[in-house]
Amino acid sequence: MSEPKICIIVPAFNEEVSIAKVITSLKAHNSRYVVVVINDASKDKTQAVAESTGFARVITLPCNLGIGGGVQTGFLFAKRNNCDIAIQFDGDGQHVAEEITKLTTPIINGEADVVIGSRFVGSNTETFKSTALRRIGIKFFQWLNSILIKQKITDNTSGFRSYSREALELLAEQYPVDYPEPEAVILLGKNGFRIKEVFTRMEARDGGESSIGGIKSAYYMIKVTLSILITAIRPPIER
Amino acid sequence: MFGISDNLTDQRIQLFSIVGSFALLFFILSLIKKKKLKEEYALLWIGASIVFASFSIFRPALEYLAKFLGIHYAPTALLLMLIMAITIILIHYSTVISKLSEQTKRLTQEIALLRHDVDSKKETSNDNDE
Repeated sequence: MSEPKICIIVPAFNEEVSIAKVITSLKAHNSRYVVVVINDASKDKTQAVAESTGFARVITLPCNLGIGGGVQTGFLFAKRNNCDIAIQFDGDGQHVAEEITKLTTPIINGEADVVIGSRFVGSNTETFKSTALRRIGIKFFQWLNSILIKQKITDNTSGFRSYSREALELLAEQYPVDYPEPEAVILLGKNGFRIKEVFTRMEARDGGESSIGGIKSAYYMIKVTLSILITAIRPPIER
Repeated sequence: MFGISDNLTDQRIQLFSIVGSFALLFFILSLIKKKKLKEEYALLWIGASIVFASFSIFRPALEYLAKFLGIHYAPTALLLMLIMAITIILIHYSTVISKLSEQTKRLTQEIALLRHDVDSKKETSNDNDE
């Protein structure tokens, strides 16, 4: 492969505080990245702030679709603009631009179709603090997904990922709407995509709130578990 | 005496269910006529009200069904049918809503991508004009 065209998909919902810094850090790391901010009908100045950087393409959704629908818009963009690799990169500042190379290398070398930036794999240093409830959830998905795709993925909820052309084409057609990350692991694993996990450093978020928290946790666990089980029993998609 | 009033009650419920199911049928048909209801979504309602009306009119059929299901008081079988019909219609609505939300998501994504394309084309043509 000559130099691959890499699309960085940045989902953003009310991220006016952190979005400019995120875009600048991506530009500083590699100015040839195609950075696409998916502004999920933010109520604040996310769009204006992102556009003012002059580096990102800003796609504003007319209605709020949630993280899954937003990221999928990015996959559609990457597919139509002939990108070879799509990276999912949060707009709240918790992902580190310098770590992107770790996610693209296995795809460029043909070792994997999907690379997940993980907070837990292959390292004992805890760079990310989370609550007890979140830890239980994380352990649960490790266990469930390991059984279903016969591969241990330690960080199923990580939103820092890279996808090959084939994987992004599939996800442009089919991607879960809410809390998509653990479900996407099963969808891709079941369809024969090779998944690799690499350790990536992560920062505490600059602004915004986690899409998961409080009373939504129970709904989150039940909904995602149901979706995962259904995805696992569906026949593989013909490609 | 008891037998007579029992009979009257039975006739009354039969009358109510006949009137009720025809009222429902005409209401549904009038909604279609006024284009407030699409035919494909009305089919289940029409089907349910016709079945309901038929069993209300032909009492022996209802009694046979009730016996078959082990129901002592025949009009209860009508209630059971009504509940089943409502359940089927509601499940049908859930599938319609799911389809609509998928379509809305797709349209939202397409509009966003198109608007982005249009805006960037406008910018390039403005740059050329200057």
